[in-house]
Amino acid sequence: MVEFKRSDGRKLDEMREIEARVNIIPNADGSAMYRSGDTIAIAAVYGPKKMHPQHQQNPAKGVLRCTYNMMSFSVSDRIKPGINRRSTEISKITEWALEPVVMLDDFPGQVVDVFIHIIQADAGTRCAGINAASMALAHAGVPMKDLVNSISVGKLDKTLVIDLTKEEEDFEEGEGPTDIPISMTKEGQVTHFQLDGKIGANQLKEVMDMAKKACDKVYGIQKEALKNSLK
Amino acid sequence: MDKVRTASEITGDVIRSYLSKGKRLDGRKPEDYRELIIEKDISKKAEGSVRVKLGKTEVLVGVKMGTSEPYPDSPKKGNLMVTAELLPLSSPRFENGPPKFPAIELGRVTDRGLRESGFLDFEKLCIKEGEKVWTVFVDIYSINDDGNLLDAANLGAIAAMRIAKMPRYDEENDKILYDELTNEGLPLNKHAPVSVTIHKVGDNFLVDPTREEEDMSDTRVTFGIMDGIISSAQKGEKSPISVEKFKEVFEMAEKIAKNLETKLEKALK
Amino acid sequence: MIQENERKVAVPGEILAEGEDYLPGEWTEKREGKIYSLKYGLVEESGKLVKIIPLSGTYTPRRGNVIIGKVENITFNGWVIDIGAADNAFLSLMEVPRYVNKDALEEVMGIGDMVIAKIWSINKRGIDLSLKSRGLGVIDEGVVFEINPNKVPRVIGKEGSMIKLIKDETGCNITVGQNGAILINGDSIENELLAKKAIIHISDKSYIKGLTEEMENFFKENKREQSLKEEKN
Repeated sequence: MVEFKRSDGRKLDEMREIEARVNIIPNADGSAMYRSGDTIAIAAVYGPKKMHPQHQQNPAKGVLRCTYNMMSFSVSDRIKPGINRRSTEISKITEWALEPVVMLDDFPGQVVDVFIHIIQADAGTRCAGINAASMALAHAGVPMKDLVNSISVGKLDKTLVIDLTKEEEDFEEGEGPTDIPISMTKEGQVTHFQLDGKIGANQLKEVMDMAKKACDKVYGIQKEALKNSLK
Repeated sequence: MDKVRTASEITGDVIRSYLSKGKRLDGRKPEDYRELIIEKDISKKAEGSVRVKLGKTEVLVGVKMGTSEPYPDSPKKGNLMVTAELLPLSSPRFENGPPKFPAIELGRVTDRGLRESGFLDFEKLCIKEGEKVWTVFVDIYSINDDGNLLDAANLGAIAAMRIAKMPRYDEENDKILYDELTNEGLPLNKHAPVSVTIHKVGDNFLVDPTREEEDMSDTRVTFGIMDGIISSAQKGEKSPISVEKFKEVFEMAEKIAKNLETKLEKALK
Repeated sequence: MIQENERKVAVPGEILAEGEDYLPGEWTEKREGKIYSLKYGLVEESGKLVKIIPLSGTYTPRRGNVIIGKVENITFNGWVIDIGAADNAFLSLMEVPRYVNKDALEEVMGIGDMVIAKIWSINKRGIDLSLKSRGLGVIDEGVVFEINPNKVPRVIGKEGSMIKLIKDETGCNITVGQNGAILINGDSIENELLAKKAIIHISDKSYIKGLTEEMENFFKENKREQSLKEEKN
């Protein structure tokens, strides 16, 4: 069996180079940057604070509100500034990915706002955004049960790989590309799962194992970034 | 708190009293700008992009090139479109949603400064007269607001345009090949149309206010000045300025613009 | 006696200790015999009690706290004060030590004024403030700024030792609000700004051991810089 060759020379389970930093926006209560290869995301957290508009307040528990967007110049074909359907969907996905670890009972009637922006995009933007947001929430002192780690697993023809680039997302041979972004806690609780492509149930089991291994690495990086923020 | 947390009255008193002695809380003189740091190419996907830090204020500016038909009344000229977004990321005072007046003003004032000065040679952006011209998109995003986003945005726009490279245009297929950047830059004047915003705080003037100082500003005038020529100006906020004081303001602006241009060139090296 | 053990930093979800006899303190949780951190902060162990001292997070008002707030609004019977918490606080005109005419509220305190007050009650209706104590009242002058409320204990220091050091070195009167707002009154703006710089330095370095020594060096350095500046002039 000939070993599948990735266009950038990485091994099948090798992630792109990661850079993570915390405390990058002085005005925010918490902030972080996460880079995976050529994909760069920044996140800022404001809160807990009083929820407005009042009718959206939940007296029983707090609200987590996430907004994701891409900068116009983050991609080759300029994106008109402002929200669009894709960014709206990813905003909600991000909220769902993070909420399970945030201790909402700790701030009833209040809201924690998370703002994510992509500065440069080379696939895996929602994953980078979730990772940046996870660090920013912790940095802001929001009470959390765990951090959330996000990675994309891909299938190129029949081969499973970790952390796709845009070029790999556009793969055209054989069964084509399958893109599976996944987010989970250190304890292995999956909070986000999406899939685009063609894959069998058995191979999906392997996908989960690959994802867990990669997410463990991401956790280590997030932890390191938070600890290093003091230096 | 969702409230706009403006600086308190007492802080205003301290700022004004110190200013009357010609000093500012961070040790600067009224005509001094904060440390200017410019990082180039913050997005590989942009034709030109920079991160500008003026003290703690930070903006990201990117240039993207597009093609379109020219406007009917200027068949030989390319276009410039400047958009600014005041991101909620950058301050508890900004909200999500369509751009409100401050963002619109920021975009328009920056646009005017770039356009009216003749910084960009629109005729050199013509591909085929009456049919196809280049449009230069300049997009500005605030990342941290510690005052003076106006001037920071303008400096960023100039810097991004300066380092931008034209993508290859495949005329046959009418396609822009973004992955193939030429070595050609935008057709620009060698001087920079710097924007100098002068603020009136109490009875004194200053430039490049921090957030606290900006809260105490009664009114401001933004000038676009290139090589000694003022080609755009806008007075914002509500307090009036006497004619005599205004003359002082013109002098200040001219002097400060020279220093600011030198500062910009240094930061771009 | 709580020992300041090694200043280890923990992140949410990190396992701090394992074993049945460990007890979960503030901002920790015990699950299946393991103590987990629920916040980004410094780990502190005193005996078998493990807790987290947060490095960040918004202000949680507590009864008895002395705070510095800003007047946001004036109602018919008092002032609405922003104390940096999720809810605004309220100062009733009945809680001001001298008689206040219902029509003269504005004369005592206007919108934008800063005030030092004490939280005397927190209930469903909100946070109630009082000025009926020594050292409380409207702020007439001085430098006011904010640090993260979690840093306040370090600024004050063990038995007030750190704040005393700053007061001695700058000759300033300093009021530290539990909500992170700080008032400095000195004989010159230079001294006031020096005290502010010192406090911000403590806030930035709050996690290190030997903070007292760090601050003593800070003032020595500053004196040196000052004399160099004077020589130049």
